[in-house]
Amino acid sequence: MERREGSGGVGALLGRAARAVYALAMTALGVVMEPLQRLLGVRRMPWVFLLPNLLIFGVFVLFPVFLNAYVSLTGGTQLFPQDRPFVGLANYERLFDCRDFGDPNSCAEDRFWRAVRNTGTFVLFQVGGMVLISLVTALVLNRDVRFRGFFRSVYFYPVLLSPVVVALIWKWILQRDGALNALLVGVGLEPVNFLLDGRWAMTWVIAVSVWAHMGFYTLILLAGLQSIPAELYDAAAIDGAGGWRSFRNVTLPLLMPTMMVVLVLALIRAFQTFDEVYVLTGGGPGTATMMIVQYIYQTGFATQVQRFGLAAAASVLLGLVLLVATLVQLRVGRGTEGHLA
Amino acid sequence: MTTTRTPRAWPRLLFAFAALFTLATAAAQVELRMTWYDDGSEGQVLRDLLDRFEAENPDVRVVIDTVPYASGILQSLPLQLASGEGPDLARVTDLGGLSEYFLDLRPHLSDPDYWEENFGPFLNWMRPAGSDAIPGFMTQLTVTGPFVNRTLFDQAGVEVPAGDTTWEEWAEVTRQVAEATGTPYAMVMDRTGHRLAGPAISYGARVFDENGDVAIDDEGMRRMMQLMVDWHADGTMNPDVWIGSQGTYAAGNEFFVNGQVVLYMSGSWQVGQFDQLIGDAFDWQVVPNPCGPAACTGMPGGAALVGIADTEHPAEVARVMEYLTSEEVLAEFYARTLFIPGHLGLAESGVDYVSDSQAAVDALNVFAAQVGRLDPIAYDLQAYTYNRFVFDAMRDRLTQVFVGELTLDEAIERMQQDVDAAIAEAQQ
Repeated sequence: MERREGSGGVGALLGRAARAVYALAMTALGVVMEPLQRLLGVRRMPWVFLLPNLLIFGVFVLFPVFLNAYVSLTGGTQLFPQDRPFVGLANYERLFDCRDFGDPNSCAEDRFWRAVRNTGTFVLFQVGGMVLISLVTALVLNRDVRFRGFFRSVYFYPVLLSPVVVALIWKWILQRDGALNALLVGVGLEPVNFLLDGRWAMTWVIAVSVWAHMGFYTLILLAGLQSIPAELYDAAAIDGAGGWRSFRNVTLPLLMPTMMVVLVLALIRAFQTFDEVYVLTGGGPGTATMMIVQYIYQTGFATQVQRFGLAAAASVLLGLVLLVATLVQLRVGRGTEGHLA
Repeated sequence: MTTTRTPRAWPRLLFAFAALFTLATAAAQVELRMTWYDDGSEGQVLRDLLDRFEAENPDVRVVIDTVPYASGILQSLPLQLASGEGPDLARVTDLGGLSEYFLDLRPHLSDPDYWEENFGPFLNWMRPAGSDAIPGFMTQLTVTGPFVNRTLFDQAGVEVPAGDTTWEEWAEVTRQVAEATGTPYAMVMDRTGHRLAGPAISYGARVFDENGDVAIDDEGMRRMMQLMVDWHADGTMNPDVWIGSQGTYAAGNEFFVNGQVVLYMSGSWQVGQFDQLIGDAFDWQVVPNPCGPAACTGMPGGAALVGIADTEHPAEVARVMEYLTSEEVLAEFYARTLFIPGHLGLAESGVDYVSDSQAAVDALNVFAAQVGRLDPIAYDLQAYTYNRFVFDAMRDRLTQVFVGELTLDEAIERMQQDVDAAIAEAQQ
C-alpha cells in the first residue's frame, strides 16, 4: 500500500513537472509565434511551419539539381563551377553522337549506350520478375498456410540487409571457387564462371536484385490482397466461379491499383540500381552489367580525368526518365485514391 | 592569519598543473594528416619512424590515414585535392597527373641541394612542367617483372627458363607446369595498363609518335594485345583479375600467394609482402623480364610521399619530410620494407635489407638488375604527365575485347579516342 502511494506520488510529481516544462515551452513558442501570426496573418502561417523543411529541401535537393544542370553545360576537369568553361550542349551532343542507337559501337560515348542498354534489360526483367514473383508470393502468403507468419518474415528478411552485404553474400556463392560451383562439382558437373560470362552475370544480377527486394513489394501486395472484401469471393463462389476465375475477375481488377504502385516504385528503383551490382560484378565482365548510375559515377569520379560535365549530362537525362516515372506514379496514385473513394 | 595546505591538497594541485600543461601542449601541437596506402607492412615501419620523430618534436603529431589503393589513392584523393580538402601529406603514384596539387618544399628546406643531389631524376616525375619545385621523395622505386612459383616447376619437373626468353615461350612453359601440377591457371597479370606496357614495348610498341603525342596503334602494341586476348581465350591467364573487375585496378597477388598460378606479372613492391605471406609455403623467385623482338623490358615506377599545397602547416610538413629523407632514417625505411631505394646515395652505397629470406634478397637483386635493362620508351611513358589516361584506356578497352564487346581493331581505335578526349578535357 505504502509503495503504491509512494510511486503514485512520484508519478504525479513527474506528471506535474512534464506539464510545467510543456507549458514553459509553449509560452516560449507563443512569444515568437503570436507576433509572427499578427504580422503575417493566419492564412500565411502554414508557410512558417513548412519553412524549415523547404530550406532543407532547397539546399540539399533543389540546389544540387540546378547545380548539376549547370555543370552539364560546362567542360574541363576543374571541380568548382566558377572555374569550369561553359561549353553549351557539347556534353549532350557527345552523348547523342551515334550513327546507330542500336549499336553502342557506333556511338562516340559507347559506354553510355551500353549502360543504357544494360539498364533497359535490367529494368525489363527485374521489374517484370519482381512484380510476378512478389504477386505469387503474396497470393500464397494470403492463404491460410501453416507457419504463415514465419514465411512472411523469411521473405521480408533480405529487405533488411544492406545492399553491400547482399552482394558480398552472393559473390561468395557465385564466384569461380564459390559455394554454388562447389555444389556443382560435388554432384559431378562442370563449374561455371557465373560472374565472368556476360549473360550469366546479367541473369544473376537480376535474380539477386529480385531476391533482395521482393519482400518489400510482397508486403505491399499482401496489404492490397487483404483489403479485398471476402464477400466478393463468396459471391463469386455462389456464381460458380472457380479459383482461376475468382482470381481473374475479382482479385486482379481490385489489386490492379496496388500493382500499378508496385510497378512504378520498382521501376524507379530499378533505374537507380548501383550498389548491389557494383559490389557483385563491378559492372563486368567488360561492361556487361554496367548500369547507367555506375556509368555516371565512373565518368565523374572514378577515372583519372574526372569528366564532371559528361557525368552531369548523363545524370540529367536519367533524372528526366525518373521524372516521367514519378509523374506516372503520381497519376496512378490519384487513380488509386479515386478508385478507393 | 596564515593558511596551511593539507598534504592531500598537493596531489590535486599537481594534477591541475599536469592537466594545464597537457592542454597547453595540445594547443601548441600541430597535427598533420597523411594519406597512405600499404602494399605490405611499410605503414608500420613508417609509424615506427614517425613515433621517433614525434618524441623528438613534441609540437608535431602525424596521423596516418591508411586507405585502400584503388578507391582511396586513385579515386578519392584526386577529388579531395581538387576540392582543397586534401591531407597535409600523401603517398601517391600518379605523380605527373596530380603534380599541380603538390607543395613546393624548397622554401622550407634547410638543404635543397641534398634533395636535388639524391632525388633529382625523380623530382621531374612529380613536378609540373617547367618547374623546379621539390614536392617530395620516392618512398620506393619500382620495376615491374614476373614472379614464378618455383615449387610448381620442381613438381612438374620443368626447368625455370633462363636467359632471354620470350613471352610466348613463358606462356608455353607455364602452361606445361600448370597442366602437370593441376594448377588452375598458368599466368596472371595485375589489371593495369602499366603492367602491360612493359611487355608491349618489348614487342615493339612505341607509344609516342615523332611529335611526342600518344600513338597507340602500332604493330608491337597489337601483337602484345593479341597475345593477351589469346591467353584469356585459351585459359592461360586467370580471368578473375582482368575480366572479373571493371573500371578499376585489380591485383593478382592473392592468386600467387595461394599457389593458384605459376607466373605472376607484377613488380618489386610485392617482395616484402610475399616474404611475409608465403613464408615457407612454397619457393618463389623473380625472373628477368621476358623478351619480345624489340626489348626485354618492364616499366619503372614508384610511389612518392609528397606535401600537399593546401596544407596550413608547410613548415611542419617540410620538417617531417627532412626527417624522413635523412640518410639514416630512409636507409632504415628501405631496409625494413624491402623497397628499392629512390635515393641515389643509398642506391649507390646499397641497402642492408632486413630479411632472413634469401628469396626476398635474391628477388630484390633481380629487380635491381632490371633497372639497367629498361627501355627508354618505358622511362618516357612513366614520365609522361598523362600516362594514366594511356594505362586506363589500355586496361578498359582490352578487357572489352576479352569478353567480345569489341574487336581488337575497335578497341585500339577506342583507346586512342579515349586518350585524346581525356587529354583535351584535362587541358580545357
